[in-house]
Amino acid sequence: MGGDPTPKRSAAYVRALASGGASVIELGVPFSDPIADGPTIQAAGLRSRAGGTTLQSLLRSAKQIHRQIDPPLVLMLYVNLIEQRGVQPFFDAVAAVGIAGVIVPDLPLEESGPFSEAAQAAGIDLPLLAAPSSGPRRLAAIARSSSGFVYLVSRYGTTGARKGLSPQTRELIGQAREHAASARLPLAPGFGIATPADVRAVWAAGAQAAVVGSALVRTVASGAPPTALRTQVERLMGRRR
Amino acid sequence: MTDRHRRRPPSAKRQGLPLRYPPRGRFGPFGGQYVPETLMPALEQLERGFLQAWADRTFRDEFDRLARQYGGRPSPLYPAARLTQHAGGAQILLKREDLVHGGAHKFNNVLGQGLLAKRLGKQRIIAETGAGQHGTATAMIGALLGLPVEVYMGAVDVERQSHNVYRMQLMGAKVIPVTTGTQTLKDAINEALRDWVASVETTHYLLGSVVGPHPYPVMVRTFASSIGIELREQVLALQGALPDLVIACVGAGSNALGTFSAFIDDSRVGLLGVEAGGTGRSAGRNSATLSLGSPGVLHGARTYLLQDHEGQIQPTHSIAAGLDYPGVGPEHAYLKEQGRAQYRSVDDAAALRAFHLLARLEGILPALESAHALAAALEEAARRPADDVIVVTLSGRGDKDLITVAARSGVSL
Ligand SMILES: Cc1ncc(COP(=O)(O)O)c(C=O)c1O
Repeated sequence: MGGDPTPKRSAAYVRALASGGASVIELGVPFSDPIADGPTIQAAGLRSRAGGTTLQSLLRSAKQIHRQIDPPLVLMLYVNLIEQRGVQPFFDAVAAVGIAGVIVPDLPLEESGPFSEAAQAAGIDLPLLAAPSSGPRRLAAIARSSSGFVYLVSRYGTTGARKGLSPQTRELIGQAREHAASARLPLAPGFGIATPADVRAVWAAGAQAAVVGSALVRTVASGAPPTALRTQVERLMGRRR
Repeated sequence: MTDRHRRRPPSAKRQGLPLRYPPRGRFGPFGGQYVPETLMPALEQLERGFLQAWADRTFRDEFDRLARQYGGRPSPLYPAARLTQHAGGAQILLKREDLVHGGAHKFNNVLGQGLLAKRLGKQRIIAETGAGQHGTATAMIGALLGLPVEVYMGAVDVERQSHNVYRMQLMGAKVIPVTTGTQTLKDAINEALRDWVASVETTHYLLGSVVGPHPYPVMVRTFASSIGIELREQVLALQGALPDLVIACVGAGSNALGTFSAFIDDSRVGLLGVEAGGTGRSAGRNSATLSLGSPGVLHGARTYLLQDHEGQIQPTHSIAAGLDYPGVGPEHAYLKEQGRAQYRSVDDAAALRAFHLLARLEGILPALESAHALAAALEEAARRPADDVIVVTLSGRGDKDLITVAARSGVSL
């Protein structure tokens, strides 16, 4: 979560994620009503807002951070924050600070048209989210309309670390990966992926990436130093035991 | 979605229902389906199920039978003579939704959605509630249909509506206090949506008003429109003419749309929605979404919202828990922009005065929500001639509000 717990500490954590070997870094923008998020990320959003973080302040700090690190930055935020800025002005502003992509958890395929157009015009990737309930027809359409990668919500429910990966998740990755491949996009499962074993399992099932959210947010919430986050990423990436 | 799913309910005309069934729930720029992908197939299934059920005579007969035998419909239309005399102008008639089973208009919607959930084979019902009226109505229907019910309710509302919490529990529902965010209706909806994202395969989310993603706004309006359909017939029978003005309170907007929908095409009938003016115009002191808000996206739809310049939703206030919500049904946003309905706000104090007035003059304790509509009706009646007719939807009864009202009067119960 961007700005969690304070803008300055958050920037140090982002640098730690980069030096640990993360290939893409997702910065959450806090929102008053995060319906897709479980308790861990909700709490992070509250800390971030209490620390004074706004979309505007986050864009400003992203501009600095992105110069200091190699992996691309991706914003995750809810539709209303985009709407209030204006769809095209938002994507232009995002591009101007060097952000590479935007993930919008409450933007399904059917509503994505104007957002995808504006993102494309600004040169920003807008991966759409696929879900366990999508089925083959929607999976194919979602992959075709995505850019950057296809974000696969790998189980029913909100964000949040869970114990172990369900067999259902593996099966789902198997189905989604063909659709992502025919759109020539990497498949990135997320939601409930927390441990190095989870990451290995989704890669073994055929995904090219893995999105780890709440498990890292928890480390930040614990007050651990940035080096702890770096070590955690190294383990997730299989660079350290 | 195929075109087959977008067609209007085939039997709408027969029942005199409004024929406004916009594709994908778009009321001009408002409405839509801004929800996580996980829910999209369920919304498609719900829409298909709703359209098929509404076109099915067996379903409609069951809906009508239970509305009569269990719900006590039709609710009476009552010419409030002493109230009219007091206002000193136009005649005031009350549509008595307070007499419906459960004590509020919420009955119609829960009956329709409950029967639909059963038909769709769902094994569990979840709901949100503000005042506790929708939760109570859902608990009732869960007991009636033998389906387990879990109700999300903001911790602040659990506190101020403790009677309704107990009522829900008596009927077998589980009440889950919500401690996130502002701990009121908005956060109860957030929590219900989070539950539904995890449980959508087996669970029906029985949303309590004309908000949320399509098909909820149009489906809830359809179920709630018994109010307006009955009212139209009753007022014609009683007065021999349509009313000049129809007034209802607007929280999220279901009793108002259920009332207005029967009169939308009668351009000479004025439609007035009354929002909660709370204790002032500044942020956090009211819930007057259409009067003071701006368009944005919340809970799956584009509509008017109370929000800051970046789009963070603002805290709200109303003495009436059922009006305490920062959004409003997208169809209301559309009616406002079209100029077909007018919206204004009434503050806490005026609503309380109307509450006491109705109690003294007519022996009716209105819900504090409904008292907002009454207060506006008193103002309107006073400035209109005696041969004008104003109908007010009395959306619920005030038993649930006794503690609040007593506290305001310095009485401890
Ligand atoms: C008696 C009563 N009236 C009105 C409302 C507001 O709901 P709506 O605006 O959907 O009619 C409520 C909500 O709880 C209520 O209990």
